[in-house]
Amino acid sequence: MNKIVKMVLVLSITGAVSGGILAQVFHFADPLIQENRKKELREAIFVVLSEAKDYTTLEKGNDKEKIVVYKGIDADGKLVGIAFIADGGGFQGNIRIMVGLSTDYLKLKGIKVLEQNETPGLGNRIKEPAFEDQFRGLEIKPKVEYIKYRKPEKPNQIQAITGATISSEAVVKNINNAVERVLKNFPQEEILK
Amino acid sequence: MANNNYNLWHEFKKGLWQELPPFRLILGMCPTLAVTNSVINGVAMGLATSFVLLSANISVSLIRKIVPSQVRIATYVVVIALYVTVADLFLAAMFPPISKALGPYVPLIVVNCIILGRAEGFAQKNPLTPSIMDALGIGLGFTLSLALMGGIREIFGFGSILDIKLLGEWFEPWIVMILPAGAFFVFGFLVALTNYLSKRKAAAPSGH
Repeated sequence: MNKIVKMVLVLSITGAVSGGILAQVFHFADPLIQENRKKELREAIFVVLSEAKDYTTLEKGNDKEKIVVYKGIDADGKLVGIAFIADGGGFQGNIRIMVGLSTDYLKLKGIKVLEQNETPGLGNRIKEPAFEDQFRGLEIKPKVEYIKYRKPEKPNQIQAITGATISSEAVVKNINNAVERVLKNFPQEEILK
Repeated sequence: MANNNYNLWHEFKKGLWQELPPFRLILGMCPTLAVTNSVINGVAMGLATSFVLLSANISVSLIRKIVPSQVRIATYVVVIALYVTVADLFLAAMFPPISKALGPYVPLIVVNCIILGRAEGFAQKNPLTPSIMDALGIGLGFTLSLALMGGIREIFGFGSILDIKLLGEWFEPWIVMILPAGAFFVFGFLVALTNYLSKRKAAAPSGH
């Protein structure tokens, strides 16, 4: 009996002390972690909307499916474009991309790959400027397309990375899906006013 | 006193060769293979593990006399999980890029058998100072091992060390080295090398 009491006691005290220490550490670390996340988001928005100096956040939808867009504002307080996250599957794992859209809702202003687990040396070249820069000024109507082995012919085309067609296609597909969702949920009139 | 010092030095030194975790004991394989695609990732993982190892050894050594043997593993796991979570939060708060690169492997330090192994095999039977020396030695050995793995894989896979390009444009990176398969290649070679060296060392004094 005595042994059982001691066992329970030691385990309970260990658990309680550990929990207490952890709560303190979390209290200290959590604001910093949130701050890091915000900073990362902020930097990504300013990359895809290069003139932006500040941004405001718009949210729509319920908890199950939330759609968030960031309105980029330049130094004079003028709207320079909107940014949003395109999230979706890649060749292996998820690809998260920040996408910038112009205020006329016709062209992309830029993209930045935030997270990816594509094959090093092949698929992960989607995060290189040479690939990302192709999206600057790209037309989104009727939709973004990719083309293999040669230079793009239409204003809505990019050239897929040789040997990484699946990753390139995933980027294009995710962007198209995200653009479509934003166009549906945030009509242009609503953003401009 | 002199005898005492000698023992402490021995507890420290054994982690650097005799009981070098990944290559001699073949312990802690998961981080050794998973996160060593660059020097910095290897070192960060090694240091995070060393911190957990040191803290766990200290705690286990201090409470070794009051923990009933029936629940010792459960107690150690709670203690280890505490330090792992602290390390994880610390990295996420102070070094976000490293935290991102190591991903789920920091929380997985909990199940790194080196740590429970040292708690069970050393700290619970020994006083505080030797336990600290033991943790420092094993931790340093582990960190150096991961850094070595990371260095070899980074130089062949990217042509760089610590993100500094060492090899020129002529160098075609061996992509396989930074893929999982490369970890197995490098690991196999290093285990073979340490085995060869220790055999020679063992053979030398006896005069064969």
